[in-house]
Amino acid sequence: MGNYFNEKMETMSRDEMLALQSERLVDTVRRVYDHVAPYRAKMDAIGIKPEDIRSVEDLSKLPFTTKQDLRDNYPYGLFALPPADVAEIHASSGTTGKQTVVGYSKADLDVWGEIAARAIVAAGGGKDDYLHVSYGYGLFTGGLGLHYGGQKMGATVIPVSAGNTKRQIQIMQDFGSTILACTPSYALYLGETVCDMGVQDKIHLKAGIFGAEPWTEEMRREIEQRLNIKAHDIYGLSEIMGPGVSFECAEQTGMHVNEDHFIVEIIDPDTGEVLPDGSEGELVFTCITKEALPLIRYRTRDISMLSRKPCSCGRTLVKMAKPRGRSDDMLIIRGVNVFPSQVEAALLQVGGKGTAPYYQLIVDRVNNLDTLEVQVEMDSSFFSDTVRGIEEQEKKIAKQLDFILGLSAKVTLVEPKSLARSEGKAVRVIDKRKLHD
Amino acid sequence: MIIKQLSVFVENKPGRLAEITALLAEAKVDIRALSVADTNDFGILRLIVNNPDKAEETLKSHGYTVALTKVITIGIHDQPGGLAGPMKILYENGISVEYMYAFISKTVNTAYVILRVEDNEKAIEVLQKNGVTLVSEEEVYSM
Ligand SMILES: [Zn+2]
Repeated sequence: MGNYFNEKMETMSRDEMLALQSERLVDTVRRVYDHVAPYRAKMDAIGIKPEDIRSVEDLSKLPFTTKQDLRDNYPYGLFALPPADVAEIHASSGTTGKQTVVGYSKADLDVWGEIAARAIVAAGGGKDDYLHVSYGYGLFTGGLGLHYGGQKMGATVIPVSAGNTKRQIQIMQDFGSTILACTPSYALYLGETVCDMGVQDKIHLKAGIFGAEPWTEEMRREIEQRLNIKAHDIYGLSEIMGPGVSFECAEQTGMHVNEDHFIVEIIDPDTGEVLPDGSEGELVFTCITKEALPLIRYRTRDISMLSRKPCSCGRTLVKMAKPRGRSDDMLIIRGVNVFPSQVEAALLQVGGKGTAPYYQLIVDRVNNLDTLEVQVEMDSSFFSDTVRGIEEQEKKIAKQLDFILGLSAKVTLVEPKSLARSEGKAVRVIDKRKLHD
Repeated sequence: MIIKQLSVFVENKPGRLAEITALLAEAKVDIRALSVADTNDFGILRLIVNNPDKAEETLKSHGYTVALTKVITIGIHDQPGGLAGPMKILYENGISVEYMYAFISKTVNTAYVILRVEDNEKAIEVLQKNGVTLVSEEEVYSM
């Protein structure tokens, strides 16, 4: 199969790609205007007609779509197809409030398979591979997305789904899994368990495709070493399609966006202004081939940046950096952008376990200076019977935080289950500065 | 010779020690000795009990962070200078004591000292060689 699943699309010249995107965008805008009442209302409200959109250059004239639009039109209000033509439904739980529902036509499912197939091939997959899918199957798009991709590119798919780690490892040994697809934290945990069981020699994995949650380069190295594989990042969100919106090649320096299906932009999250390549900002995607739910300029809230530097793999598709965090969660402390996910990464690295303990960021302002305290629930991996031992752990965490955030923080270990949870979910940030303003 | 000490992480909040001791009483675990090390933010409660495994399970099931730490117990004469001898032996053999605490029992004229050192085997060896009484696990748990 070689390096590419779809060489023509993955290595297309920039001019050809822009022409293709423009043609598909014009068609999509016409379809949503005609068939999706909320979009028509939004466009009418700012006086934009489908004929005003003639190429990719006109994209910024269109209004954004947000998660709130999906909630307001729950469940099917933004669908562009009648129910008879919708082949499959997925949903994301969402961290706040009602879940969002997404739909796919037969053709959409085919595209989904195609983009996930490109990701598997870019990770070194071929027809002889056994693709072990440990993402959850169901309404969540992780499991079925990789499943469709594996079927499309001709690998043998093993739909293990999530859970039961010992059984997962047994299946890997018995069925000869060669490519693993799951979340990076689960990969880390699987790797740890494989090492504990002493069965590294009986596992024949060569590559992994990991996504659906933030992870760091340190985690990548750890996973690669424990499972003796090359670990590839994959990005996607159900609103746009699911896993495969972008994917990593052998270079492992960012994820190629499948631009023949999605137009990607980076915007300033505060002003909505489009930023040039190389600037950090919020990722925005426009679906240009989707039939059932073609979202226009969907704001992901993920903070990333784009690069068009030529890639050694030969793909001409733009690369996006691994998202640093969510714009909703971003805090500015002493002028530094801080995401709770970075704190989580630091804790994962210090604890060396697959999951981080509960933590909370407490931001305050003392004498006009921002202060950051990170409270972490005590965990067996941090505990010691000596005061010195515990203080050393606190220092270790503080050092790692300083390294990742570029900011010094006070670390306090607290009793398990003592940090506030709201309806079972963690409350990650308490910003007391607002009280003083 | 080596006995299991229960080490529990506690925040410096009122009522924590009362809750822990009540939980252990409910589980019919007897406390033989205890000590608390504390800082401004947290404390470590160290306990010698008659059934360390059960105590660990009980506290863990109530969400406490607990570890079983290996310590040694020596018996000393309950008189001035009783502890000085063993301390000198350890010092002269380059064994540093992380922490220690004492308790007395029904046995007349004898006090017991829990010692937490880096190298239990070496400590046992030099103490025994110098005639210091080491107390077995069974003895401590059944006191
Ligand atoms: Zn590449």
